Order: sequence, then C-alpha cells, then structure tokens
Amino acid sequence: MTTTLVLRRIGYSAFFAVILAFFAIPMLWLASAPFDSRPGLGLRWPDWTLDNVAATFDHPYALTSLVNSLVLCGLAMVVTTVLAACAAYALSRVRIPGRDVLLYVLLLLSSVVTGTAAMVPIFVMMYQLGLINSQYGTALVIAGGMLPAAIFILKDFVDAVPRSYEESARVFGASPRQILLHVVLPIARPGIATIVVWSFVQAWGNFLLPFLLLRDITSQPAAVLMRTLYDEGGSANLTVIPVFSLLYSIPVVVLYLFVSRRYGFRFHGGIKS
Amino acid sequence: MAQIKTAGLSTVYPNGVRAVDALDLEIADGEFFALLGPSGCGKTTLLRTIAGLEQASEGTVTIGDKDMTATDPGRRKVAMVFQDYALFPHMTVAENIAYPLKVRRHPKPRQREVAERTAASLSLGGLLERRPGQLSGGQQQRVALARAVAVDADVLLLDEPLSNLDARLRLEARTFLKRLQKELGITTVFVTHDQAEALALADRIAVMESGRIRQLGTPREVFGRPADTFVANFIGSTPMNLLDGTVTDRGLAVAGAILPSPTDLPDNTMVTVGVRPEYLALEPGGQGITGTVSTVENLGVSSLVTLECPDGSLLGLTVREQHEPAIGSEVTAAPDPGRVLLYDKESGALLSS
Repeated sequence: MTTTLVLRRIGYSAFFAVILAFFAIPMLWLASAPFDSRPGLGLRWPDWTLDNVAATFDHPYALTSLVNSLVLCGLAMVVTTVLAACAAYALSRVRIPGRDVLLYVLLLLSSVVTGTAAMVPIFVMMYQLGLINSQYGTALVIAGGMLPAAIFILKDFVDAVPRSYEESARVFGASPRQILLHVVLPIARPGIATIVVWSFVQAWGNFLLPFLLLRDITSQPAAVLMRTLYDEGGSANLTVIPVFSLLYSIPVVVLYLFVSRRYGFRFHGGIKS
Repeated sequence: MAQIKTAGLSTVYPNGVRAVDALDLEIADGEFFALLGPSGCGKTTLLRTIAGLEQASEGTVTIGDKDMTATDPGRRKVAMVFQDYALFPHMTVAENIAYPLKVRRHPKPRQREVAERTAASLSLGGLLERRPGQLSGGQQQRVALARAVAVDADVLLLDEPLSNLDARLRLEARTFLKRLQKELGITTVFVTHDQAEALALADRIAVMESGRIRQLGTPREVFGRPADTFVANFIGSTPMNLLDGTVTDRGLAVAGAILPSPTDLPDNTMVTVGVRPEYLALEPGGQGITGTVSTVENLGVSSLVTLECPDGSLLGLTVREQHEPAIGSEVTAAPDPGRVLLYDKESGALLSS
C-alpha cells in the first residue's frame, strides 16, 4: 500500500513540476535574458550586463512604441470604462422590453464586429473617415469591441447594488449626482476596477487592429513593433527583444498591483439580512 | 411634527394594477400608525407614495399643512427605514447615521457630533467605527433607525421594520421601537403583515386589502369588532371561528346549537357567526355549542382546542393550561356575552347589533 502511495505521490509531483516549468521558464527567461551579454532563446545563468538595455533605448522606435501603447490603451480603457459604467447603470435600472436579448446579441456581435471577419469593412470605414494612422480612431475601434463584454460584466455588479440604497439616499434629500458619487460608484467600485484592468490588458495585447489601422511605424504600439524587431539577416534581434519584452510587460503588472491595492477587487454587495 | 392626510389617493402601476385605490386617510400628529395587510395589498405602495418614491396617479398627499403630492422625496421632511435597512456597506456606522447631514452639507464636526449623540441614545455607542456588515441584525436595524431620526424629520416611515429579525429579537425590538416613538413623539407610519406586531405597536391600525382600507381603528376595536370577515380572519394569532348560522325565533342556530340571539334581525336570515377562540369557554351542561374534542394544540399558557360539531363544522377555543378536555370527549363551549359577531353572508360585512 505504501509503495503505491509513494509512487503516486512521485507521479503527481513530477507531473506538476513539468506544468510549473512550462509556465515558469519563460518568466525566468524574461528576467535573465535582458541582462545577458549573449542572450539566446535558451535559459541560462546570465553574465550580467546592461548593454542590451542601452541598445534597446537607442532603438529608434522602441520607446516611442511603448508611449504609443500607453496612449492607445489608456484612451481605450477610459472610453470603455466610462461608457460601460453609464450603460450598465442604465440597463440595470431601466426596464426596457428585450433588454437581456439586446445584451446577449451585443455580446455575440462584439466578437464579430472587431473580429477578424470584419477587418476589411472596418479598414475601409476608417480609411474613408480619414482615421488611418490615428491613435484616437484606433482606440475607439478597440473600445467598441470591448464595450459589450464590459457592459455585461458591469451590469452584474450594478444589479447587485440594491435599489433601496438609492431610494434611501433620495429620501434623505440626495441629488442624483450625490447618489451617484456617494452610493452607486463606491459600491460598484470593485467592478469598475475590474473593467479598468481588463480593458487595459485587452487593448495592450491587441495586435491585429493597431497593425491594420496604424500603418505608420512612428504611431505603432509596442505589440505591433515587436514583430519588426529583426536584424538585417532576418533572424530575431535578441539584443532588443528581451529588454523590450520586459518593458512591455511592466505597465500591465503595475496597473494590476495599483488597482488591486488602491481599490481592491473585493465586492461589498448587499448586506446579508 | 405633522399630520398626514391623503385624499382620493390612487397609485396605479404601469401594468394597470391599482396598488392604492382612492384612499382617504388621516394620520394625526404624533400618532403611531400601522398599515396592516397580506402581501400585495398595497400597504408598501401607500407608504412609498407618502414618501414620494412612487408617483401618485390621482389624489393628494398632505404632510403638515403642505400639499406634497408632487414634491421630491428629499423635500418632504420624511425619514424612512427600509425593509433591508439600506445601510451603505462602504460607510461606517457613524458615516451612515450622519449621511442625511452630509447630504445637507453640514460641517464634518457637526456630523460627527450628531452621529455620536444619536448612536448613544440607541445604544450603539461602541460601534461607530464598524461597518454594517460587521453588525448583527438587531444592531443594523438600530443603525437604520438612528439614521432616520438623526435629522429632524416631520414623519417617520417604517417598511416592515421588524421582519428581518429573528423571533426573539423581534420582541425586544418591538418594545424598543414603541418606546423610541413615544420619546420622540414623531408621527410614525409603519407597514407590517404581522397582525401581532400591529396590535402591539400601533395607536391605530388600517387593515388593507387590494388597495383599499377594510377597517380603520384602534387595536382594541380591530381585534374585538372586526368590520368584516376578511379582517376577522386576518387579525388574531388564532383565527376567528366563522360558522354558518341562521336567525330563528328561538335564537341563533349555529353548529347544531341554539345561542341567545344578539340581534333583532328578521327570522331565517342567513348569517356568518364570528367568535374568537379566546372568547369561548368550556361550560359543562350550560347553553352553548356541543362538539367532540378532535385536537388539542399547546400554546404555552393556554391550549387551542378544536371541537368537531354535529354538523361537521370545526370550532376552536382556547382553554387554560391544565384544563384541557380529553380528546374524544364531548364538551360544550359557550361564548362570552356580547362577543358573538354576526356578518352578512353575502358581503361579509359586520351586521350591527
């Protein structure tokens, strides 16, 4: 009995070790390769140097692309969060016939609208609007694609805020603005924090839309620029790619930590009665 | 402080339901007034219409001397406690209590002072920094009350204030609520579906059904002389006996017995005879309704005995503990003089006697 048990434990441990390594090794590479004098695709103990960092900073487009990414994703995030919050509140509080059907259809179409299938019409439309190479135009398209899902998620949060909270504030004389600022927003805050991080991460990793809509390399975000980082021979530019990847991953982590610390993802909900 | 008056008040929902139907009601200054009825009778809608959370479709609501029918809820000088208390989960107890002052932009120190004073008077002293989620049900209820009385409102509206408490706590909270209301002397309207609560708390009770008031009176009147069979059925922790009867020249024929007729109605009138189990007593050999004891339910200090009468109808009466008759035995129950009520068989209305 003990032998089978021990064997089973060993089997489990080995299995999970492989899975762990599968996810951990790229992370370790991301931590070590940027500071290795001869970075490769393999994982090894680096001989420390900052030459790669200097090379990346000298790259004509690397830093601009990161700034572009911040602008693009910041815009998309703000548009998504503000509009989704308003829409979710309205949809949660106003009874209109076919509301749920509308939400599901929106959700379904959103994967089509900004999906690969719609790329040609979107490109044509943006071209005719003169919004090719425009950060704002691209941010709007990205936000448009994220809105239905964001509304869907936020509506669930707002639904969980009992109406009696608002009515109570109303009886005490609160104006609609005060009700929004004192009651609804603070209670729905974890939901909004979720949407902020989620929409930013979605936009940050989006490749196809900015690749198609931002043709000028000076306006391209990091996710798109990454693909141009090759040397003249056509092989990957391993001096720049590791450092660039590391820089590329930082904003998302920082945003998550900041939002999580400051606003928290926990949810007050209603008080159990 | 103010009285409340409604005249021809109706509240109709968009789906056509007349939740409140042409209601005339006067609630006196300082009165503790109960709106009692089964769920869906319109009592909460009436309360919400007084608060201004529902728009009146017809008629007027007057609070004090001012017509408030179209006034915003925040300008009616009413305070309200919701059934789920509606405490803001992200604010502390102190912030919750002071919220009405925050809305009115009172300075912070004043908010704090009022919160402390109100909390102390409702024995919430040590809990000011807690959040509502960390409080027990009874404490949450008191915080909601504290928030309602922190501002000097003219009228206090309570929507099922005790229904979310467990049975034991409900009794304590009931006593507490009654004392608080007397101390403040504020006109208070509360909604309940629990007849015992209404009887215990209210100065006057309005029993409602489908948007209309079936009876309006003091707890004693409503309990002792229900205006119709609906109220008779609804009020009382043991339901009133309602038996078919006929007025004859020898007296009132009911459940195979003849009782002294309390009325001078013409002979052969078909009536519904109502008598509370509490107003029936065992009367060995006396004049009363005879039946076989079928069940005995222990109510603590008394027992509810159900008799099966010869004509098949069931009659309940309460008997003091230790005096219960044996099951299967034949006994006679006589009503207390003046406690037999006659109702019209068709309309269910009380026939005056």
